[in-house]
Amino acid sequence: MSGVRVLVGTRKGAFILTSDENRQKWDISGPHFAGWEIYHVNGSSADPNRLYASQSSGWFGQLIQRSDDGGKTWEPVGNAFAYEGTPGTHQWYDGTQHPWEFKRVWLLQPSHTDPDVVYAGVEDAALFRTQDGGQTWQELPALRTAKGHLWQPGAGGMCLHTILLDPTNPDRLFIAISAAGAFRSDDGGASWLPINKGLVSPYELPDADADVGHCVHGLAMHPSRPEVLFMQKHWDVMRSDNAGDLWHEISGNLPTDFGFPIAVHAHEPETIYVVPIKSDSEHYPPDGKLRVYHSRTGGDEWEALTNGLPQSDCYVNVLRSALAVDSLDSCGIYFGTTGGQVYASADSGDSWTAIVRDLPPVLSVEVQTLP
Amino acid sequence: MIRVVLPHHLRTLAQVDREVALSVAGAVTLVAVLDALEAQYPVLRGTIRDQVTKERRPFIRFFACGQDWSHEPPHTLLPDAVVTGAEPFRVVGAMAGG
Repeated sequence: MSGVRVLVGTRKGAFILTSDENRQKWDISGPHFAGWEIYHVNGSSADPNRLYASQSSGWFGQLIQRSDDGGKTWEPVGNAFAYEGTPGTHQWYDGTQHPWEFKRVWLLQPSHTDPDVVYAGVEDAALFRTQDGGQTWQELPALRTAKGHLWQPGAGGMCLHTILLDPTNPDRLFIAISAAGAFRSDDGGASWLPINKGLVSPYELPDADADVGHCVHGLAMHPSRPEVLFMQKHWDVMRSDNAGDLWHEISGNLPTDFGFPIAVHAHEPETIYVVPIKSDSEHYPPDGKLRVYHSRTGGDEWEALTNGLPQSDCYVNVLRSALAVDSLDSCGIYFGTTGGQVYASADSGDSWTAIVRDLPPVLSVEVQTLP
Repeated sequence: MIRVVLPHHLRTLAQVDREVALSVAGAVTLVAVLDALEAQYPVLRGTIRDQVTKERRPFIRFFACGQDWSHEPPHTLLPDAVVTGAEPFRVVGAMAGG
């Protein structure tokens, strides 16, 4: 019988939630790495038992953990993230230039084909890669030449938080940085283009449609159609039909178009999910109602999914990496909140239940569909 | 042997008890103790000092014989009581966060 494994990173450790394909009864293990911030846990699609976790602490720095048995046991692997060459500078809050300084790993994205190859998105923003299962990490430094001197930290830090690998073209990668924007490589990371045309940020940037500087919160694609990208920007939900060459807004009738995560249904490339948040000043759902919205038309027309979610007095947030989908026949949707709940829907969002309610604040949620 | 006391999270990480014993060849300096600690427990690399610059991490402190050694230069000789093992060298996670 198939099943799912939900990988949850929190402020105080990692949790692994497993269930069979019915997704009604859950086994919960954790906390793994108790007391540490776990920004991200992710699994290899080439070997589902190979997991990687980003473990960090303001006291003790960055560690990377690896599991070869689906999270039952872990071993620390390499944690040296050294910028290539002279790190250089980026724009600081006061407009001066500031040296690049490594702080933490936000995201780990294993290759689709090789469990030993993993990309890491770090703060201060850069892209690293391991080709030996995490023992050593090398920067892909060309990214920071894509107007890196103009990048500036957002409120959450200057983090590279999203990595999408085109499943049909191993040379094509997309990444997003807060607050620099989205970038694409068509040559395996040897060179990069800002892909931010069509983004408009009148409240955040002096030049509203600048090449870089947009606060992109998340990107999503469906693997069958990797040239179509969806974006949750600081404000605005956006879509590109040409791999990011040009974006257009699809916020439509959303109650607010501010938010963090975005995801695509596993079997319906035009069905997308967002979790609207009131504003950049008030990071909680509008009206105290936790609502996931989906569009089944690729954007513009949105419908609230509320069955089983709190519809009063709810003031949690859902962070950018805390929404994921499984690929079972009836697509499962999962998200975690800053209040420590992990909600699951086994029917594409029509109904929701909380798998757990009292974890530490959830930083990330990933899902593995197991054979 | 040099005795080193580690904070909770580093003990868990290195899978050791509260105190570890190190053999340090040559002069027993701050940097020699940290080098020996990281050689014996590679998982601690980067957790006490930066992997690249080798600077002490901001919220880590070093204490021995009732004194704060955190701001001393790396090649500072540690007291005889640490060298003989009469007193431990303490790696401490600073209280922070309110």
